[in-house]
Amino acid sequence: MPAGIRDKVAILGMGCSKFGERWDSEASDLIVEAFSEGISDAGIDVKQIDAAWLATAIEEQHVGKSAVPLATALRLPFIPVTRVENFCASGTEAFRGAVYAVASGAADIALALGVEKLKDTGYGGLPQRGRGTLNNMVWPNLSAPGLFAQLAAAYAAKHGASRQDIKRAMAHISVKSHDNAAHNPKAHLRNRITLDAVLNAPMVAEPLGLFDCCGVSDGAACAIVTTPEIARAMGRADIVSVKALQLSVSNGLEAQHNSWDGSYFHTTRVAAKRAYQEAAIKNAREEIDIVEVHDCFSVTELVTLEDLQLSDEGRAINDVLDGFYDSGGTIPCQIDGGLKCFGHPIGASGLRMIYEIYLQILGRAGERQRKTLPRMGMTHNLGGFPHQNVCSVAIVGRYD
Amino acid sequence: MAFGILAAAAYIPRLRLQRRAIVEANRWFAPGLSSLGKGERAICNWDEDVVTMAVEAARDAMTARSRESLESIYLASTTFPFLDRLNAGIVAAALDLPEELNALDIASSQRVATSALRMALHAGQESLIVAAEHRRTKAASPIELTSGDGAAAIVVGEGAPIARLLASSRQTVDFVDHFRTQESVYDYQWEERWIRDAGYMKIVPATIARCLDAAGVSGSDIAYFCMPAPVPRVVPAVAKAAGIADAAVADNLLAVCGDTGAAHPLLLLVAALEAAKPGDRILLVGFGQGADALLFECTAAMQDIPGRLGSAGYLARRREETNYGKFLAFNDLIEIERGMRSETDKLTPLSALWRNRDTVTAMIGGRCKVCGTVQFPISHVCTNPNCNASDSQEPHAFAEKTGRVNSFTADRLTYSPDPPACYGMIQFEGGGRWMMDFTDVEPDVLSVGLQMRMMFRIKDIDTQRGFRRYFWKAVPAESSTRRP
Repeated sequence: MPAGIRDKVAILGMGCSKFGERWDSEASDLIVEAFSEGISDAGIDVKQIDAAWLATAIEEQHVGKSAVPLATALRLPFIPVTRVENFCASGTEAFRGAVYAVASGAADIALALGVEKLKDTGYGGLPQRGRGTLNNMVWPNLSAPGLFAQLAAAYAAKHGASRQDIKRAMAHISVKSHDNAAHNPKAHLRNRITLDAVLNAPMVAEPLGLFDCCGVSDGAACAIVTTPEIARAMGRADIVSVKALQLSVSNGLEAQHNSWDGSYFHTTRVAAKRAYQEAAIKNAREEIDIVEVHDCFSVTELVTLEDLQLSDEGRAINDVLDGFYDSGGTIPCQIDGGLKCFGHPIGASGLRMIYEIYLQILGRAGERQRKTLPRMGMTHNLGGFPHQNVCSVAIVGRYD
Repeated sequence: MAFGILAAAAYIPRLRLQRRAIVEANRWFAPGLSSLGKGERAICNWDEDVVTMAVEAARDAMTARSRESLESIYLASTTFPFLDRLNAGIVAAALDLPEELNALDIASSQRVATSALRMALHAGQESLIVAAEHRRTKAASPIELTSGDGAAAIVVGEGAPIARLLASSRQTVDFVDHFRTQESVYDYQWEERWIRDAGYMKIVPATIARCLDAAGVSGSDIAYFCMPAPVPRVVPAVAKAAGIADAAVADNLLAVCGDTGAAHPLLLLVAALEAAKPGDRILLVGFGQGADALLFECTAAMQDIPGRLGSAGYLARRREETNYGKFLAFNDLIEIERGMRSETDKLTPLSALWRNRDTVTAMIGGRCKVCGTVQFPISHVCTNPNCNASDSQEPHAFAEKTGRVNSFTADRLTYSPDPPACYGMIQFEGGGRWMMDFTDVEPDVLSVGLQMRMMFRIKDIDTQRGFRRYFWKAVPAESSTRRP
């Protein structure tokens, strides 16, 4: 394995718009809102940005193709700008582009910005859309909840868990995220919900009820990155650096080969293992202080906790119900509300997760700040479906 | 070796609409329909049509038979989904029949199937004759109650026939008891008493007489008289006129299935062949702008040829449906609010369909010659992580494989004409897997490990262009277990 990028890149500034049903905002408005916070945090001028990456996934609903919408919204001075798309993990892809540019020396300062303007669909949930010419002919007319729901059946079959056990753990996850988001002024859904409400909610895709599914939101988030040396030279004392950045992409194994049992994310396991190696982490459960996972559905969060080696295999239900991942628990998970309640503007989500870890490490998370300042945090940004997906794992921490 | 019927099979859709549901819904308007309110009729699921039913009947008929030796396929119907695209060609492709094949759609009368069968028997080639019907009927019409959806398939050829043709006769006249045109969706029918007296009773007995004369057989020698007639009391009257015993009049399946139109003569023949003993004589009559009569003698017991579901098996594979509204919606007889999620463009690029026909229409995947891993779809690089050999795969057919549910859901968010959309990962016996649609299943029976088999179904209907695309779906195997 290559040496990796541990501590080669520092986060200079981050920004995040209010997430939600932003009926009055164009994507460009959201871009500017996130960027204004990010550049002010970085303390630089827009002309100091050497290169930029834009993440959007369902661009046909808002900005259209290419990187031009970002360059235009911010009047970037004719610098290299690249648009990336990798399902719901697009935000971390933009981050990876910017981080790699800095790590390589091609750029001193780079911008990653993710945006999604989803609430022009006319109905709730992600837009129903084509999946590609041949896929349209041989795939079910599927939805994300329909595919992620299948984790539950396979997980239960494998671990001998009852539907009721899984439903209870999933409900705990959603209640916890709503509780957390109540402290987050930028979150889309800030209402508290009860366990009973979750368990009795209308079914979306068996066994996922309404509250097992994340919100669909408008929003944007961004990161401005540079080298730790430049950050220091700019007078920064508290530096958050990138410890690891890994991406694993399904190659058809899960969809086509019977070695995958459908109860876990193969990509997440691969990406997590590589990320821990890159970050020199030996025991994730002991060394990771805080985590933001891709909780598009409550069941995704549940199985991901095992895939990230935070819970032992088959033990996530117990850890969740024991409060291990609650805001006051050992490893808070979704302390900002997660996709579930902060919201899920697709292209922005990966950057929103890093934004939260960044704030938490610097002690700037306000009401929702973890009591003991975390030193090492992790984000997990997934795109696609359990049987074919892309998975990003990023580890960021205090730079010593 | 002799020439005759080598195999016979049928397909009846699983859903059986209870006639009392139709009668009760329409009583306010047409109280007279209550006399037709007994029993049930077979109805297509939303994803079934003449082509899909024909494929299933043909698969059943071809059980344990080589598909390589077929020389012809004839598809008979008056309700083809395509007017200018060979429907028999879709069936042939789904069955992966050899491309060097005669293939014909035969249409436009209720006796097309008997005519096709008669001509195939005279042509002397190994042929598959399939008939299927899915008629749209006006709400509160008698035919809505008496008709049913279904299909039948007969294989004729040289070999060890279960029945051989003794004689046949035909008559063609322009007797219009009902009609349907390119401009009209529904049948328009004349008075039943006139159809009976001037039509059936004038045309059929004479045609039967010529057939029996040619064979030197008398009416009393007939063990099974198979003749569909939705008009009441016609069949016993014809039997009497032909000297056929009352007991020989075959059950018309109206109570359990309904009249399957162009497919019905063959469906009755299939049912008779399933019940008959060697030596039994079966007289088959098709009526429509004249008549066909075909006289068969059973030479072997149908039960002796390798197992298939047949009409009895498919009649037993049933689910009662009491929701008349669902039937109306499935047949586009009411406009229901399908929601914005249904508006996704369903365009099928025809060039891509052609390029991928083995994958999409025949469900042929690949088997790696290096490591033996079976996979779907076929690809350049083997999916086995310990192999990943290049260009190592030979075609491997999945359609006849069973599989087990690895994971599943019942999805109420995505658009389905019959929500919830059930789909999941199917793991095939012998290898390979695919995330695919389920059909003919209720969510509460789904479980990990449930055994499933494949059925050819409508995948999507492109309402913008009138096109429909087909693919294979998984159905529970338990309700369609093959006879031993």
